[in-house]
Amino acid sequence: MKDKNELIKEQILYQSKVNVRKCMRCGKCSGTCPAYDEMEYHPHQFVYMVETGDIEPLLNSESLYKCLTCFACVDRCPRGVEPAKIVEAVRLTVIRQQGKNKLKPDDIPDIIDGEIPQQALVSAYRKFTK
Amino acid sequence: MKFLYYPGCTLKNKAKALDIYARECAEILGFELVEINDFQCCGGVFTTSADEIATKLAVVRALKAAKAAGMPLVTVCSACHNVIKQTNHAMQTDAVFADRVNRYLNDGDDYHGETKVYHYLEVLRDIIGFDKVKECVKYPLNMNIGAYYGCLMLRPGSVIEMDDAENPQIMEQLIKALGGRPVEYGNRNECCGGYVTVTDPGFARKRSRIIYESAETAGAEMIVTACPLCRYNLIKNGADIPVKYFTELLSKALIGEKE
Repeated sequence: MKDKNELIKEQILYQSKVNVRKCMRCGKCSGTCPAYDEMEYHPHQFVYMVETGDIEPLLNSESLYKCLTCFACVDRCPRGVEPAKIVEAVRLTVIRQQGKNKLKPDDIPDIIDGEIPQQALVSAYRKFTK
Repeated sequence: MKFLYYPGCTLKNKAKALDIYARECAEILGFELVEINDFQCCGGVFTTSADEIATKLAVVRALKAAKAAGMPLVTVCSACHNVIKQTNHAMQTDAVFADRVNRYLNDGDDYHGETKVYHYLEVLRDIIGFDKVKECVKYPLNMNIGAYYGCLMLRPGSVIEMDDAENPQIMEQLIKALGGRPVEYGNRNECCGGYVTVTDPGFARKRSRIIYESAETAGAEMIVTACPLCRYNLIKNGADIPVKYFTELLSKALIGEKE
């Protein structure tokens, strides 16, 4: 029987449809990432760590909530690896668990400042809450 | 020409200027925006996970409404535009995903991405033509304007297919047609921080500052965008120059200042 880690890897690859083995570790994704300075693990590390099955540290990292899904890494990867889709699949692995939402309804009243567009709230909910 | 118009949640509320001026100017430029009945929010961002259909159904319903009406679907908001084009692309290219969606909706009319989706700017460029826009200008803008694309309007480039994602020109072409001077700056297609403004405002502040300082240093007197969240982030985080929607500029040049 497969262990839990292998099953998680399989799900991440299935959800993201990313072929992690295409990555040649050039680091261009991380070099272009606007969240680089905020991240403990960077886009190229997400790809490599999923490939090697070293997923546990990613599941526990705040880096999951720093990705802006701006697709800079997706468009600029010379091998078409699409790292943002790996980051999203790892994040979903966490927030799809009961009680693991990053953004909760109780957090919202303090955020509303009279100007914030609806788009900001629905987008954050899509990314951080299931 | 008639288009089915998908305004989205924010254009009915915090970004009314994006909506109202788009409608007014469409009338002057000779195309009709027919608002879609009972639209549902697009969700603001596309979920890339291939196993998720629930978060994409609202958009598929809008795409199907356009197919049924025999009209292209047009959006003004960068976010709606991005989510609609990515969802349409998934319906065209991912047969398993499309089958799951179609079986769930189960209304006897399977959808496989037949609807043509336009951003309002694409309608101006590809259908109306910027030459025609220029002919309709009564009040040329005569100022230095930095177009801010952000991320949602252009990427992923192979899916959105609006412009060269690394060297876009569509808003610069519009600014020129309106009698303004486009200012190209380094960060015009980088992210403002987007939705992290909700969970990590300090990070959004850093990102936004990089964007507006880049525009200001290059000599822009105004920043123009199609995204309510970009506009909010830039203004909230201290832009020293006005940040306007492209539809406001369009209206200012075609109709003139109100008040």
